Amino acid sequence: MLEIKNLHATVSGKEILKGINLTVNAGEVHAIMGPNGSGKSTLSYVISGKDGYEVTEGQILYNGIDLTEMEPEIRAAEGVFLAFQYPVEIPGVPNVTFLKEAVNAVRRHRGEDELDAMQFVKMIKAKTEELGIAKDMLKRAVNVGFSGGEKKRNEILQMAVLNPKLAVLDETDSGLDIDALKIVSDGVNQLRSDERAILVITHYQRLLDHIVPDFVHVLAHGRIQRSGGKELAFELEEKGYAEYGVAAE
Amino acid sequence: MSGKAQTIEKVREFTDEKYKYGFVTDIETESAPKGLSEDIVRFISAKKDEPEWLLESRLKAYRHWLTMPDPEWQKPNFPPIDYQDSYYYSAPKSVGDGPQSLDEVDPEILKTYEKLGIPLFEQERLSGIPIAVDAVFDSVSVATTFKAKLEESGVIFCPISEAIQRCPELVKKYMGSVVPYTDNKHACLNSAVFTDGSFVYIPKGVKCPMELSTYFRINAENTGQFERTLIIAEEGSYVSYLEGCTAPMRDENQLHAAIVELITMDDAEIKYSTVQNWYPGDAEGKGGIYNFVTKRGLCKGKNSKISWTQVETGSAITWKYPSCILQGDNSVGEFYSIAITNNYQQADTGTKMIHLGKNTTSRIISKGISAGKSDQMYRGLVRMGPKAVGARNYTQCDSLLVGDQCGAHTVPYIETKNKSAVVEHEATTSKINEEQLFYLRQRGIPTEKAIALVVNGFCREVLQQLPMEFAVEAQKLVEISLEGSVG
Repeated sequence: MLEIKNLHATVSGKEILKGINLTVNAGEVHAIMGPNGSGKSTLSYVISGKDGYEVTEGQILYNGIDLTEMEPEIRAAEGVFLAFQYPVEIPGVPNVTFLKEAVNAVRRHRGEDELDAMQFVKMIKAKTEELGIAKDMLKRAVNVGFSGGEKKRNEILQMAVLNPKLAVLDETDSGLDIDALKIVSDGVNQLRSDERAILVITHYQRLLDHIVPDFVHVLAHGRIQRSGGKELAFELEEKGYAEYGVAAE
Repeated sequence: MSGKAQTIEKVREFTDEKYKYGFVTDIETESAPKGLSEDIVRFISAKKDEPEWLLESRLKAYRHWLTMPDPEWQKPNFPPIDYQDSYYYSAPKSVGDGPQSLDEVDPEILKTYEKLGIPLFEQERLSGIPIAVDAVFDSVSVATTFKAKLEESGVIFCPISEAIQRCPELVKKYMGSVVPYTDNKHACLNSAVFTDGSFVYIPKGVKCPMELSTYFRINAENTGQFERTLIIAEEGSYVSYLEGCTAPMRDENQLHAAIVELITMDDAEIKYSTVQNWYPGDAEGKGGIYNFVTKRGLCKGKNSKISWTQVETGSAITWKYPSCILQGDNSVGEFYSIAITNNYQQADTGTKMIHLGKNTTSRIISKGISAGKSDQMYRGLVRMGPKAVGARNYTQCDSLLVGDQCGAHTVPYIETKNKSAVVEHEATTSKINEEQLFYLRQRGIPTEKAIALVVNGFCREVLQQLPMEFAVEAQKLVEISLEGSVG
């Protein structure tokens, strides 16, 4: 599904990613762990195509197609989803309007008929019920006045509605208390499937108690330093990132 | 080519198609000779079979107009207007001596309105409330729907040319009472050569049973449209009125200089909404309508209210300041505005709130969006008179810039002669937020659509003021107006 080969990327002329190699297959959940400043968020922005994150070398192959020159909306329509660390507020735009625009933009890209208002309401109602999300969240402006937990739940709702093939969760646990963490993780677990690959980016092991990964990679200094099974996360929790040349915080 | 460049290219290809109201209706017309003179003024008056007093008033205005210099204080830049290079009267031949019943209207004209999406038939709308329409085509009203039904409740809704014949006392009493012919050069010209427009009279205690609307269409080439609208709301009455405007795409600039006067008596309310979508000119700034309009309401009675809502997306140049004179004690004035300019469009718009009575209140919410190489000015006056004890104003004025070649300016004028009056002014200017755009694009929404969403959100407070059906239209219009703004 996702094959990252020797990926180098710069932000404002500074090289942050220095040769990442990573393969993620459908049905797998991979965790990328690393200290602050290791390039975790940069990796998620490079995969999703944010302006200002420039790939200088290497490839990001997604089902065999190189993403690096593709506009973000095309990547999204092709099934690449980023759950933001800091979901953005959009004043005056009701969440439901935003979701409908997104769903129909993706459907148009796929050559499918757009959903009309009735069909959309039916679909969104089913999704909110599955995820246990209060309906009033749909009427409120996108992320405006949302608590940290609500923002993250809104990300999961968007993921459920857009049904991506590759989901990148960037520090989904940040700003969540333990109850909110559990709700959000349950949402993600509901969306695990054989057709979907999930990349979980996190600083702490605690998220991985809830979203149990198949593989764990340690990212430091812009490179993947080590890969292993889920037990690697526990080791990191215990020993910290010191052995990768990073001082304890 | 990057995706963004591709988008821009694509939009360029469609630039000439994006203004979907730009078509021309091919019908025979009857025009006055080109140019402006006393004879033309007499010609128009004779065409309408007007009483002597009205001809005299037109001539007085015309003679005064000759002495007035072009206004020079506004921001928009444009070459001097050649008033002799325009037609001041043009009407479809089939209209003959005046508006007819619906089944007599030229099928070509009916087709035009159908294409514009304006219902010129008396049919209940699915959404419930029917809308009565007065259709003004170039210099004449071609049809007015639901007239009979409205008259059952005593409401008069007809072309102003008809009102002059039917209820001359009302017209004589109120026309020019809010906007005198000496007000400004464009209003003065209108007072001399106005051709048609709508007249609304809501009797005492009547809540108008349907939305009223007038649809202005300029069709003929080199023709100015000078419409005149007069709405009178008697004690305790209410009316909601909407106007829409479109014109074909032409390389020459065409002049549209209108006057709208509103009058509310005690406890009466007028809600006046405008969706202005005159042809804005092409992407290089060629052509488009000069929209020079004087709109003013007089809250004559106590506890009366006038509310202006405008969505201004069209015209090469917009120059308008829908205003309220708050004369009656406790009267309320509101101004809600969205102005969107793209390419080379220029807009100088805002409002005047003149507080004369005690405890009068006014509220101004202005949202300006500039894109492309366009330039926009919010200009607003709040004046608290010496007797306006306890008067209050709140002004919020937000500007959003799309791209780095456009401009936004805010010029508030505040004059207060009363110590008890409170005036609040808040203003912001921001660039469209890249983080928001990336968030939306990451969900599959293309850049232009993403901008439209953010802008619609930015304008929401004003869009909510529009009657529901028009709010939906206006949202689409926001999107269309911003096409090609990325780059």
